[in-house]
Amino acid sequence: MRARIYVTLKKGVLDPQGKAVMGALGSMGFNEVKDVRVGKFMEVELDGASPEAAEKRLRDMCEKLLANTVIENYRIELEATSL
Amino acid sequence: MKFGIIVFPGSNCDHDCYHAVKHVFGQEAEYVWHKSTSLEGFDCVILPGGFSYGDYLRTGAIASFSPVMNEVVSFAKNGGLVMGICNGFQILTEAGLLPGVLMRNKGLKFICEHTRLRVENNESRFTSRYSGGQVVDIPIAHADGNYYADSETVARLEGEGRIAFRYSTSDGSVSVAANPNGSISSIAGILNEKGNVLGMMPHPERALEGELGSLDGRGVFESILGRVMP
Repeated sequence: MRARIYVTLKKGVLDPQGKAVMGALGSMGFNEVKDVRVGKFMEVELDGASPEAAEKRLRDMCEKLLANTVIENYRIELEATSL
Repeated sequence: MKFGIIVFPGSNCDHDCYHAVKHVFGQEAEYVWHKSTSLEGFDCVILPGGFSYGDYLRTGAIASFSPVMNEVVSFAKNGGLVMGICNGFQILTEAGLLPGVLMRNKGLKFICEHTRLRVENNESRFTSRYSGGQVVDIPIAHADGNYYADSETVARLEGEGRIAFRYSTSDGSVSVAANPNGSISSIAGILNEKGNVLGMMPHPERALEGELGSLDGRGVFESILGRVMP
């Protein structure tokens, strides 16, 4: 089974990387850009379990290691298993 | 006193700390590999600076799950002295021994320079040799030293006297201009509730000998040792 995990900064947490990227886009002429937030994307391959069980385990992984919930939110997407 | 200096894969200030404790202060010092499962016999444990696990994922995140960290947590719970410097501070926050998190510097750059710090609490086990409000010169060297915690946490740290050091000007005023990395409330170092765990981004072990430009880091070690060293 494969999961996609998105880790993003919580609202209100300053994102200097996002600000720098936004500044660069602005200077390149992409003046419509109002804000950029930089986050992380991870693909996780895992064995067997049911989607429910996998999601529970992935949540645990995010809480413990993959995200720092002081400043970050996470979102889990399970890829439909190929038959 | 006997000091344990934890060595993670990627630690690079472990030798500086060893030198500080052993040669500058003449104390017993031993390296402790991060896979060790015992801290028996140590009076103080130092988590040194560096780039444990290459700073992958987040600074300090992976190191905080090294086997030795279980021991560091129980050592701290039993009242042992724990000091995390730079990457060590990042690891202590990830391990939950100190609140908050250290984010990328506001200016995105790695900063290596002498900073002035104002001693905010001079009654802790790590700062008692300083006077309150004293301004000290201790260098920083980090890309991720931008301390962040929510406003309740910062208020609690402030109210409980747990802010040990703030970045300041040489005359002791705290301002945005004197804050090198964007840390909330200019925080450079904090204590845990019991006051036996200190995390700080600046490197006191690099300010112990005249050759290195400042002696102001001595106060941290002298406070731990409980006396002024010759």
